[in-house]
Amino acid sequence: MSTFSVGYRSVGSVQILDLQGELDAHTAAELETAIQKCQKDNNVHILVNGADLAYISSAGLGVFMAYIEEVRGQGGDIKIAALQPKVFNVFDLLGFPMLFDILDTEETAVSRFENTSAD
Amino acid sequence: MDTRSNILTIPGSTRFLEEVRAFIAGHALRAGLDEARVDRLKMAVDEACTNVIEHAYGGESEQRIEIAVIARPDRLMIRIRDTGKSFDQEAYSEPDLLQYAKRRKSGGLGVHIMRKLTDEVTYRSTRTYNECCLTTLLRRHHGGS
Repeated sequence: MSTFSVGYRSVGSVQILDLQGELDAHTAAELETAIQKCQKDNNVHILVNGADLAYISSAGLGVFMAYIEEVRGQGGDIKIAALQPKVFNVFDLLGFPMLFDILDTEETAVSRFENTSAD
Repeated sequence: MDTRSNILTIPGSTRFLEEVRAFIAGHALRAGLDEARVDRLKMAVDEACTNVIEHAYGGESEQRIEIAVIARPDRLMIRIRDTGKSFDQEAYSEPDLLQYAKRRKSGGLGVHIMRKLTDEVTYRSTRTYNECCLTTLLRRHHGGS
């Protein structure tokens, strides 16, 4: 069985999703549920912390793509931070930096949200 | 799981993808691939098996997927066979990420990834099975043709 979990934290108005384990076609539904929960709770400043994400396949990447436009339409964003280099390479391979804000650290991503909110 | 055997057969279910990745990683490491290339091959095979489950079998299935590792002096080939609907190569087009997001489309990246992460991807279908073969070269051959 694939091991994957999503942890929830908040920093100010930013909803942080801590991803842990391996995100594949079997576990992608858990991320989808987490993003849907954020939308339902109107927490659309979503920051995905990938420090403990060991693997991602296209099924996981597909979840980000499926929700990004909708979340932005709600006035929010999905930012991605702290990815391990081998996981970042997968995002990069598919051109995700063109579509998503991918930051080195959680702190940078949080301040990016705060700066946007202040505008 | 005996990762020394060169064939792994699983039911067509995403529950077994982690097992497939471990199987490929074991063989790829023994074949001498470095960690980065092991990761690439592991992901390419995951994508191939996910495509079989989602498209050839139309979802979770008891039908089997056979994954065979074929080691050659200059290459490592992973042969994936299924007995579902065959893949229509003619209908496939390279994904456009921006269009994907706009259309809220979440699938279809697998073949693109398989092609990016391996040296060769081939498909063939017989009357009894479909076969996808992913090849990773163990060393580059330079020089004239």
